[in-house]
Amino acid sequence: MARGLGQYILIRALMIIPTILILYTLVFFFLRILPGNPVMAVVGTKNIPPEQLEHLMEMAGLNKPLYVQYFDYLKGILHGDFGVTLAFPMGKPVWDYISQRFPATLELAIWAFTVSVLLGLITGVLGATKKGTKVDTSMRLYSIIAYTLFIPWFGMMLQYVFGIHLHWLPTSGRLDPGVDLHTITGLYVLDSILTGNWEALVSSIRHLILPALTLGIVLSGAYTRLVRNNMVDVLSQDFIRSYQARGVPDRKVLWYALKNAFIPVVTLMGLQFAILLGGAVLTETTFSWPGMGTFLVDRIDYRDYNAIQGAVIFFAFFVGVISLIVDIVYAILDPRVKY
Amino acid sequence: MLLEVKNLSIYYYTLTGVVKGAEGVSFSIDRGEWVTFVGESGSGKSTVAHAIMNIVPSPGRIVSGEVVFQDRDLLKLSKEELREIRGKEISMIFQDPMTSLDPLRKVGDQVIEVMTVHGIPEEEARERAKELLEKVNLPPDRLDYYPHQLSGGQRQRISIAMAMAFNPKLLIADEPTTALDVIVQDSIMDLIEALKAEGTSIYFVTHDISLAAERSDKIAVMYAGKLVEFGTVEQILENPLHPYTKALIEAVPDLWKEGKVRAIPGYPPDLRNPPSGCRFHPRCPLAKAGLCDAEEPEFEEVEKGHYVACHFPGGWRG
Repeated sequence: MARGLGQYILIRALMIIPTILILYTLVFFFLRILPGNPVMAVVGTKNIPPEQLEHLMEMAGLNKPLYVQYFDYLKGILHGDFGVTLAFPMGKPVWDYISQRFPATLELAIWAFTVSVLLGLITGVLGATKKGTKVDTSMRLYSIIAYTLFIPWFGMMLQYVFGIHLHWLPTSGRLDPGVDLHTITGLYVLDSILTGNWEALVSSIRHLILPALTLGIVLSGAYTRLVRNNMVDVLSQDFIRSYQARGVPDRKVLWYALKNAFIPVVTLMGLQFAILLGGAVLTETTFSWPGMGTFLVDRIDYRDYNAIQGAVIFFAFFVGVISLIVDIVYAILDPRVKY
Repeated sequence: MLLEVKNLSIYYYTLTGVVKGAEGVSFSIDRGEWVTFVGESGSGKSTVAHAIMNIVPSPGRIVSGEVVFQDRDLLKLSKEELREIRGKEISMIFQDPMTSLDPLRKVGDQVIEVMTVHGIPEEEARERAKELLEKVNLPPDRLDYYPHQLSGGQRQRISIAMAMAFNPKLLIADEPTTALDVIVQDSIMDLIEALKAEGTSIYFVTHDISLAAERSDKIAVMYAGKLVEFGTVEQILENPLHPYTKALIEAVPDLWKEGKVRAIPGYPPDLRNPPSGCRFHPRCPLAKAGLCDAEEPEFEEVEKGHYVACHFPGGWRG
């Protein structure tokens, strides 16, 4: 069993490589199909002599044949080199941006993920245990509405109500101006706790609430539905009545039912994580959150090939690792899973 | 009298209408007695079994009646009082051993839990779990297995082991052998009989009347949510009074007789809208227009301990 699991993990880990390769190839060519290039984006409508243009293209490595560009960048990635930015500011290592921006996205993702799972569990279990009642119907309605909400619109509504109207919470950024924080991990809440900086802790949590709620609520709809339906299914099974018939207290029975209903939810978590990162891009632009999302949008405007490729590859790698972890958790939770 | 069920009715409130799963069911079970409930699928045998334990699955509800167990109406007990009886004084085993154990927990943990939730310390429960497994002819190391690692017969033995944890006064067995092959069936029946030998009463559900005949003391015949005949095995098999009981007995294939098995014509009725009068009248050869389709027959004692609900009990004899 243990050896089987180890082997399985290795194979699953190796499968991340082709995933990244395919994604890189797609992004590489799509970027070059798009009108414009990094040099044009910087130069804009200014009239500059052709020799100078040629020189800029050469500096950016864009005058080489496509396949050379393709393999050059790939070779760099294999050595952990994500290249340098091609547009303003030029020549800065892409990795510097990623390492600085990614923790912000990760922090938002973790909180939004927690909010979505918790909300999904609560609403789903409520719906299932009150099946067929008005509570059930309301939870279903919640699920559909949450699922179909458009993140920028919903985010702006929350900004309007809690930020502009009630003045309860900040609507942009990660920290109040003037608050100093010595970063260790780049996750501000964690860093504040590690450095004992309570002012920064309060400030960072206050900044996280609205974006995390926006993204969390939108993503919770899918969980509500899945948890509710699984729970209904599990509760109708014989082993639940069998537990009751043996005198096991209701609360315990509900817990065992939840464990059984949770297994398919773990699968959804893996799938949702990719969507979560996509949603994070929209949330970040809505809340001016200095993460990978705003970085990507910014770099797409500049057609900064290297930066976009680097960010996408990094995202792909991250999603791959997360889904690997999900599979391992799945195997631990369900004794029936074989390799 | 150990168990007395009076006028018990259970309805299922589904989206397409109210299904009268069981209606006006009354019977009693003595100490150490084996009563077998027979009938087609959907006749209400299992519904009544669930109602005794008060675990009728939603959207079912017990709408009326009493379940008097040792002079206490189980339907009037508090949750906690009922919980103490479940698994200790009344045990239950289910039809499908594939689904009646929690797939995520080792069977040992589930066996031990029956005892710990009734106040037995963990260590002692573990020891007793091993003894229980020996009693049902399973090696004690099976406690460390997950349900999917056991065969259907082994899982049903685990269920029986859990049911035996406290020498229950009553065992409810809801088609415990239906999902098993014939040889395994027999060994499961032996285990239930052994439990009976120690004084446990048995409420046994099956649709196989020949299985019922072998080991039980009494037979209860259900049709479309109604109890139609109740009596000792001899009374029911040698002197059936309800035409449905007679048809059930004749529907059992006999190796030594030639000819086709006689099936009962027609289908069980839709319980959302059961037939008027006697529910069996659309399929009954004796049915008399104006009586059987209009008036519901009373469930009456015809001879000592032999009850039937029919306007013409034994009427085919002329």
